[in-house]
Amino acid sequence: MKADYPLLVIGAGPAGMAAAQTAAEYGVEVAVIDQQAQPGGQIYRNVDSSLLNDPSILGKDYTFGKPLVQAFRRAGLDYHAATSVWYLDKNRRLGILKQGENYQLSARKIVIATGAQERPMPVPGWQLPGVMTAGAGQILLKSAALVPRDGVVLAGNGPLMLLVAWQYLQAGVRLRALLDTTPRGTLFKALRHLPKALGASDYLWRGLRLMASIRHAGVPAYKAVSDLRAIGDGCLQAVSFNAAGKSQRIETELLLLHQGIFPALHITQAAGCDIRWNEAQQCWRPALDAWGESSRAGIFVAGDGAGIVGARAASLDGQLAGLQLAHQLGRITAVERDRLAQPIRKAADRHRSIRPFLDACYPVADALLAPPDDTLVCRCEEIDAADVRAVVRLGCVGPNQAKAFLRCGMGPCQGRFCGSTVEQIFAHERGVSVSDVGRFSVRPPLQPITLGQLAGIQDLTED
Amino acid sequence: MFKQLSDNKAEMLTIELDAESVTVPAGISVAAAMLYLDAAATRQTPVSGSPRAAFCMMGVCFECLMEIDGSPNRRACQVVVTAGMRVRRQLGARDNGQAS
Ligand code: FES
Repeated sequence: MKADYPLLVIGAGPAGMAAAQTAAEYGVEVAVIDQQAQPGGQIYRNVDSSLLNDPSILGKDYTFGKPLVQAFRRAGLDYHAATSVWYLDKNRRLGILKQGENYQLSARKIVIATGAQERPMPVPGWQLPGVMTAGAGQILLKSAALVPRDGVVLAGNGPLMLLVAWQYLQAGVRLRALLDTTPRGTLFKALRHLPKALGASDYLWRGLRLMASIRHAGVPAYKAVSDLRAIGDGCLQAVSFNAAGKSQRIETELLLLHQGIFPALHITQAAGCDIRWNEAQQCWRPALDAWGESSRAGIFVAGDGAGIVGARAASLDGQLAGLQLAHQLGRITAVERDRLAQPIRKAADRHRSIRPFLDACYPVADALLAPPDDTLVCRCEEIDAADVRAVVRLGCVGPNQAKAFLRCGMGPCQGRFCGSTVEQIFAHERGVSVSDVGRFSVRPPLQPITLGQLAGIQDLTED
Repeated sequence: MFKQLSDNKAEMLTIELDAESVTVPAGISVAAAMLYLDAAATRQTPVSGSPRAAFCMMGVCFECLMEIDGSPNRRACQVVVTAGMRVRRQLGARDNGQAS
């Protein structure tokens, strides 16, 4: 680790890898830090180091990442795996944890490429062992070659849920049921986005093929599912739900939930970048210029952390940020930058053109954004939806005051798994938009750090 | 709750879970090992004592906190098993030495 880097990239997923390699290609000295032990991000996790005998059961969109990860490794960048940021301020000073050591350093330019997290899907009983996210199921497959022992129920909606269902079928896993929570009438509303989506029709065909093979496998599928509950004493035993006006119950020891992903914003927010609510994607996103630079000069955000775009567009956005950084750091002229950027921008726009249609196809049901009273909202501090509603009715002004009243959002996850739900409950109770409600503020440490580590900080900037 | 894919015969190693020797595939995370062992619950909550297990597997939810080789509050999904590793479930509140 050095005291000062011209460019520091946080995250080694598609966007981070591309930004770092592009800038390095034009002579910028780059360091990359990544929380994971291997490069590739969530999407290409373990793609060149898989425990699977046959990684191709995960599909082509996964194996597509293998040459990208290999090229990143070959580029010989200053790359720090299993390293996390616990502090970042607007002057681009960082606190970094690597192998239990705490370093302080700074960077002239920073790219935040920390990707996305799954949107919490709070349903009664979701805290029971035996309930996980669909992404967690996929991580177990990618990084541990583990599959459900005795079948699984998948519930929610979105491309990732369908992909996991398909991958499980490839792996010979028994799907007990697929519970689709997409509200009725959604497809009709999404159709107006179809013409634009045709520009990226390869995505449409792939999606249709995926759905056809799931149907073909004869998986019991339920549409417009509501009132989903996880039931069990000490661990999951069954799920109950409503579909087509009938209440149903399915015995299962494993339920995987999913309702889309949204940008992981803790680091971006800590840096003081402007963040805005996006109604179509139902999430907060940083405000960026055409190259991905945020409202804090020198701090860029690229990839899904800037708004959900998918791996291919993320990689291209990373390249655009890399070009602008090479320009800002005096390596290429504006003319050169623009010439190099033109085809990349065109390709990125094409990959992006599928998004409005996808976003409209998989809206989140209101009852899953602002769940029933007996649902745990803050899993860490064990605060349920009734508690949150009670403080709203008492006149609590917003999520940050609710934090002080209830401690929700103050546990170890720091609101990553309750923030969106608290905001939505406020918005629903008040009949206003989430943008009027605001979000939890973020304070360091962004990652857990012990007092010993804090005391033992090695300030590399003070030599 | 989880098993190895049948055509994947990984190397195995032995770790200690709550002072009991158990055998798990090499190269996987501690949280994955817990799911493999059907020992899903990694902790009990400090507030109500209810059992919890790994939920997100990507370091976001902090449900998988365990004591690993003597240090408490480690995210088991972010730590790879090694031979002889000592892993303990966390029961109830912890004096955790956390800075926040
Ligand atoms: S399972 Fe979520 S942080 Fe480990």
